[in-house]
Amino acid sequence: MGERWSLMKKFLIGVVVFLLVISSPTFVAAQKAKEIRIGGIFPMTGGSATFGKSSKEGMQIAVDEFNNKGGIAIAGSKLLIKAIYDDTAGQPLQAVNVCRKQIDQDRVVAIVGEVMSKNSLAIAPICQSKGIVMISPASTNPQVTQKGDYIFRVCFLDSFQGIVMARYVYDNLKLKKAAILYDNANDYNKGLASFFAEEFKRLGGQIVSSEAFTDEEKTVDFKAQLTTIKANKPEFLYLPNYYAASALITKQARELGLNVPAGGGDGWDSPRLAEIGGKDVEGGVFSNHFSKDDPSPKVQGFVKKYRGKYNSDPDALASLAYDAAFILLSAIEKAGSLKGADIRDALKTMKFDGVTGKISFDQNRNPVKSAVILQIKNGKQQYIVTVSP
Amino acid sequence: MEYLVQQLINGIQLGTVYALIALGYTMVYGIIRLINFAHADIFMIGVYTALFTATAYRIPFPLVILISMAVCAVLGVTIEKLAYKPLRHKPKLSALITALGVSLFLENFCALPFVFGPDPRSFPELIPIKAYTWERYNLTVTNIFLINLLVVAVLLLGLFYMVHYTMIGKKMRAVSYDKITTSQMGINVDRIISFTFLVGTALAGASGVLYGLTYASAQSPYMGIWPGWKAFIAAVIGGIGNIPGAVVGSYLMGISEVYATSVSSDLGFGIAFAILILVLIVRPTGLLGKKTYEKV
Amino acid sequence: MRRFNIKRHITFLCLLLAYVIVIAIYRVGLLSSYLAQMLMLVGINIIMTVSLGMINGFTGQFSIGHGGFMAVGAYTSAFFTTIIFQLMGGEPPGKTVWGYALFFTAILIGGGFAAITGFLIGLPTLRLKGDYLAIVTMAFGEVIRTIIRVSEPLGGPRGVSGIPAMTNITIVFLSTVGSVWLMRNFLASTYGRASRAIRDNEIAAEIMGVNTTRQKTLVFTIAALFAGYSGGLYAHILQFLHPDDFTFMKSLDYLIYLYIGGANSISGAITGAVIFTIIPELFRGFQMWRMVLYSILLVAVMIFRPNGIIGEREFWFIQQRKAGTQA
Repeated sequence: MGERWSLMKKFLIGVVVFLLVISSPTFVAAQKAKEIRIGGIFPMTGGSATFGKSSKEGMQIAVDEFNNKGGIAIAGSKLLIKAIYDDTAGQPLQAVNVCRKQIDQDRVVAIVGEVMSKNSLAIAPICQSKGIVMISPASTNPQVTQKGDYIFRVCFLDSFQGIVMARYVYDNLKLKKAAILYDNANDYNKGLASFFAEEFKRLGGQIVSSEAFTDEEKTVDFKAQLTTIKANKPEFLYLPNYYAASALITKQARELGLNVPAGGGDGWDSPRLAEIGGKDVEGGVFSNHFSKDDPSPKVQGFVKKYRGKYNSDPDALASLAYDAAFILLSAIEKAGSLKGADIRDALKTMKFDGVTGKISFDQNRNPVKSAVILQIKNGKQQYIVTVSP
Repeated sequence: MEYLVQQLINGIQLGTVYALIALGYTMVYGIIRLINFAHADIFMIGVYTALFTATAYRIPFPLVILISMAVCAVLGVTIEKLAYKPLRHKPKLSALITALGVSLFLENFCALPFVFGPDPRSFPELIPIKAYTWERYNLTVTNIFLINLLVVAVLLLGLFYMVHYTMIGKKMRAVSYDKITTSQMGINVDRIISFTFLVGTALAGASGVLYGLTYASAQSPYMGIWPGWKAFIAAVIGGIGNIPGAVVGSYLMGISEVYATSVSSDLGFGIAFAILILVLIVRPTGLLGKKTYEKV
Repeated sequence: MRRFNIKRHITFLCLLLAYVIVIAIYRVGLLSSYLAQMLMLVGINIIMTVSLGMINGFTGQFSIGHGGFMAVGAYTSAFFTTIIFQLMGGEPPGKTVWGYALFFTAILIGGGFAAITGFLIGLPTLRLKGDYLAIVTMAFGEVIRTIIRVSEPLGGPRGVSGIPAMTNITIVFLSTVGSVWLMRNFLASTYGRASRAIRDNEIAAEIMGVNTTRQKTLVFTIAALFAGYSGGLYAHILQFLHPDDFTFMKSLDYLIYLYIGGANSISGAITGAVIFTIIPELFRGFQMWRMVLYSILLVAVMIFRPNGIIGEREFWFIQQRKAGTQA
């Protein structure tokens, strides 16, 4: 009997501790809104970590701008904005978890995120069902905004991006045979690959080889696929993947003696591309949202601000996140309310002249914008041309 | 036809990468019957050590390997003393969970921003990569590939010699047979185990450097997980505890993985496991494994 | 005349009390849905860990593929709910009696499929021993995952989203209590004894007349059933499934819960599951140090209590009635 009671005592103590812990500050629901909370859901670790870092930095500049004006007036009083950032590590599951946490626990009124299409696709249904506005700064897969009318984006779609590149390769570079190597575990890569292929063929070009690998976060060795590709003698290598994988692929292609020009999409936008790829990515071309060499005053103003705060140059992710956060906060200001439905309605009709171009939303909540083509010269990005839809 | 041969070369390259890691795994297991989950992470530390020493101090290649091996060896012995030794006489599963814990610790600690950070980094080209193409058959190999092969061959022979023809090798074998009796024979079992870890983890360090050379990048502190598991499976296929077996298993895996990938990348992913299952069902102790704990 | 002996029913009463408290807190709104989700995950993890304990702890085998069974159950039930229900009504079922009945059927089917998978896997592999068994079970787990990953109807590498949120605290609570009760009864019976005999000395057990192959396969199948069932619950909380969620890392998670708590006891399994489901969430405040602390804690517990926190003793409500006594 004594033994049983001591075990039971331990158990009861455990229950009490548990209840205490639950009521501890970590868990108690957030206080009433003395501030406007918006969430930033980005991949801050993992193979797309630079995207997350840039996005957070860009978003924060927008938040600071509004706070420096004193905040936003809601129901008479001016409230400051607080951004809550969470890391998804580039994985849909984590994205779902932090999204839930932000909505339920942190009580954010809107979310900027995510960067990677596969993660945006994962969290969009949640935001939609909870009536929380979600603006993706950089997810380019068309399906994202199809998830519901609370979901917006400020970047162009892959259907556009793929066409841009296909035309550039065919018309400007005058190469007629292309090969594609893409990650088939990821809607972004898959989508971009198929849009490129479709347009390229329509123009009269030939896709001589289309190979896939599974999950670029886990793959380092592409020689098997590259050997197949090489056997089909392509003139151009289209790599619609993120920067780390694309750099490795180009390197290994050169090691196999495949020395044709290579290119990709906005996933290439990172200083790490040249760092990892070295001379093998020299001359590579890719489509992007923004170039810091754009002489327009809006762009240069932003670049200056960014340099001042972070001591480095902004990339497309940072500028997109800035635009996304800015237009979101402007919508909240215009609506004068923190209710999801009001923010959504205000957003639908907003027009904004952003760093990445003029943004207004079509009936699918996608903006109609132009793209730029950049090239890697001497390890740095160089602006080539702007392509309008 | 040349296409198939080129793929074979790719497969051998992959197999070599696995073999280097598998050798360390199998050594440690052979002596203390512990699946050292942290092995893959020590490998990762080898990669990063080489990365930092080479970029920061412009140290020549042979020295870089030695430094990496030394760092990993020290780390390995420390881990053994701190985390594994207390559990030597406790249930094996506890040691396994501890190994898991050490592995998680290394990964996440190194992922902290002020340590290595979670971003991919480029690995400096310690030896400029040169591709040699045999025009007639359209085959290409790189000099790194040849270096890797050389290193594996040297290591294989060296380890084999050490285990079977030296005094300390004899002691290691004795410990793997029967710890208690061996200690009664006057052999310091603790020292032997530490020595095994030293060699095993030094191997991990060396394989890290070669991996960095081959792939010219360090993906993240979590980079060891997948190569580590695949190498471990390779070691099991060959018969865990068996040194030549680890090498055989690795090449089998590397080559079939490459061929499977050329058919479909998802197939390549799963083929390693399929082979493992097949082999173990037919030969439950692995290809070269024997019921007795002898290393052939 | 038999008096109403409260001691016999104290377990039931305590459980009822706990349930009432939790529901009350939830209704009042003090329990955010984030916390509610965590509690449900605790319940699911308890079922998973205890079922793993049946194989690893009580039968002495070494399986690291448990996540695979969970995946089978999760995907099967999700497949059912989303597809079949859409065929019938055009939209997922609401929280009606009819909806719940279908949901329950779906997760039972999920459990069933998982059990079949367990049986098929168990048969050829259970003749391997120790580390080899471990590797093969892990390999099977990954094979299951790869199959899911390449199957487009199962969402492939994209995952499955939009699964209706049918699981709630009540269902999880009842499931957890029910599963633990069933498993505990199994282990307290002659089947349980056979398992423990195998664990202690397989050859001796065989000599004593235990059909080791049959017993091992049986335990494996039953454990897989529970794993699949809890997988179904899991799918309907998360509303989103992705093959990358079920790698060997997930199996390793349950292994950790089990051995930290104490592999040879049900109470150990429960404790491990509860504590180590909650701790990573508690540590969220530590941001990037979260996993570092978690791993240090893991190593520390293992070094200082290698048999697990609970060890071999069972909680009072699990303990077997000793032969001959009333209470």
